[in-house]
Amino acid sequence: MLDLIVFYTAAIVAIGSAVMMIIQRNPVASVLYLIVSLVAQAVLYIQLSALFVGALLIIVYAGAILVLFLFVIMILNLRGERFDTETNKLGTGTKYTLAVVFFLELVMVFREFAVSRNGASMATRAIENFGDVKPVAELLYTKYLFQFELTSILLLVAVVGAVVMAKKDSDDREGNS
Amino acid sequence: MLEYAIIAAIKVTTIIVVVLTGCAYATWLERKLLGHLQHRIGPAYAGPYGLLQPIADAVKLIFKEDIVPDRVEKVTHSLAPIISFIPAFLSFAVIPVGDTVSIFGRQIDPVISDLNIGVLFIFAVTSLGVYGIVLAGWSSGCKYSLLGGVRSSAQMISYEIAYGLSIIGVILLAGTLSMQDLVTQQSSIFDWFIFRQPLGFIIFVICGVAETNRAPFDLPEAESELVAGYLTEYSSMKYSMFFVAEYANMITVSCVVTTFFLGGWQGPLLPPILWFAIKVFLFMAFYIWIRGTLPRFRYDQLMNFGWKILFPLALLNTMLTAWIKLW
Amino acid sequence: MGVFREVFLAIPMGFYTTLKHLFKKPVTRKYPYEKREMAPRYRGRHYLERYEDGSERCVCCGLCAAACPADAIYMEGAENAKGERYAKVYEINLLRCIFCGFCEEACPEEAIFLGHDYEFSADNRDVFIYTKEQMLANRPKDKPFKKIIRRVKRIF
Repeated sequence: MLDLIVFYTAAIVAIGSAVMMIIQRNPVASVLYLIVSLVAQAVLYIQLSALFVGALLIIVYAGAILVLFLFVIMILNLRGERFDTETNKLGTGTKYTLAVVFFLELVMVFREFAVSRNGASMATRAIENFGDVKPVAELLYTKYLFQFELTSILLLVAVVGAVVMAKKDSDDREGNS
Repeated sequence: MLEYAIIAAIKVTTIIVVVLTGCAYATWLERKLLGHLQHRIGPAYAGPYGLLQPIADAVKLIFKEDIVPDRVEKVTHSLAPIISFIPAFLSFAVIPVGDTVSIFGRQIDPVISDLNIGVLFIFAVTSLGVYGIVLAGWSSGCKYSLLGGVRSSAQMISYEIAYGLSIIGVILLAGTLSMQDLVTQQSSIFDWFIFRQPLGFIIFVICGVAETNRAPFDLPEAESELVAGYLTEYSSMKYSMFFVAEYANMITVSCVVTTFFLGGWQGPLLPPILWFAIKVFLFMAFYIWIRGTLPRFRYDQLMNFGWKILFPLALLNTMLTAWIKLW
Repeated sequence: MGVFREVFLAIPMGFYTTLKHLFKKPVTRKYPYEKREMAPRYRGRHYLERYEDGSERCVCCGLCAAACPADAIYMEGAENAKGERYAKVYEINLLRCIFCGFCEEACPEEAIFLGHDYEFSADNRDVFIYTKEQMLANRPKDKPFKKIIRRVKRIF
């Protein structure tokens, strides 16, 4: 009973604040709603006894990435006025196609996880120590080692790219001045 | 179930009361110690040795007028102190202050919840504390506040990485993420992680000071440049909530350092909780000693120090420890 | 090399220095409760001197008012029953007074002196206009009169 209450509260908060994030004009409020949504998602993970994943979600997203978002917003000092004149680079057709594709993907995921398993809830399928540090690490370094390494290379490339771009930018500035 | 809830409620209440009192007396300790470092005597009139000064300050702050300037974003402005206040207290949930004791025939763990990811919980919660400061800076509609908030966020991001990496060495050696297990592994003084991870300890302490925005890393509230940084437009209870949160964060970092590196509640003769209190007190005094000794960093020095010195050192420490562990 | 010296020598030295000062005696004086010893020539609030028989020394010659660079002294003279001049009104505006001590140097009768009082504050400006009665009452009881006169003589 208590589990259900917690689950539905967290789920509604997560979805509601995600929607609020999109429809807000004020960028800082958007970021705040995103944080609330993330914390609610972390609650959901913790309810699945996946403490590790929940903690990581908060550390990485709420603790680091969204602070960066806020940082950028504060530096640009956006206060919600500038989004009125935004230009759309995507055509209408592309937009609807993308929406349909994403929706189909969502449906497929739901079919995979919910419908095909006779509606068995995610929580009941949680194995012992699911989402704890050790099982996650074992999966990462054995079954999904290749994907894990690929991801790390991707991140490394992104870091190098960022450094290169920052470097070039500062060189230009020095040349101009 | 009910019994469990009652025990948990008692633990939570105790912790909150103790930490709030601790915060109040941390201000007294800071003023007293800083005074003596500068040949002054610090608070001396309210009660013996000025011991009632925190209470007088609290009463004064409560009765002050709460000034809300015209240009602030009202909701965020009132929300920010709460956002910085709550995470400061959350992390005490996983800090063990003693061994299991039996009271009235029940086994009671002197920790609210001994999570098996206690270390990660602490990092998750402390990383949320920055929002209070950032939002305070942003919502105040004042350039000093804004600069304080911007500095704070940049500083937090820069030092969070080395902060997290410096503890990985300890976790690798201990093989656990539970705070209670970390403490039980440091039963003799030679097992303390400060001796097994000296570099990690130094990096952790530096980053801990930076994370709590204390001197010499107190750029977000550098009073000589930014008036009071993110605190500029705050008064009364909202101000005091930031104040309490800052000291609660100091106590958190002291507790975490004690648990990670200084053997937690382990110690001979005296009861564990007393050992824990002594270690935390000494580390708090060290905090204040740092403030009394080192001048404030310049902003670019701060960034260079974080990214170019602490981060590589922490990475090196992690790799060395992993290598030793595998050896 | 310089960095190493800074980290492993300079910073611990700094910490040692502050620690050393932690155990030194504080220099703070708890002011309203512990007052500091005044210098004998300190120039505080004025007082008027009397002869041993109790009559006022001031003859209202006006030299102090003339010497006063701040124009703080106001006086009106009169004669008493014996035909001696005395000051009917003698007022010093302490808000104008700069406590230079020229009045006590100028006084030929050794009637006005600057005492050791320095704690005067009020929320009303009128209080600071000091009358003759106040200055006569203000005379320090513990200080021997002769000694103070000798102090004034030594200046010249």
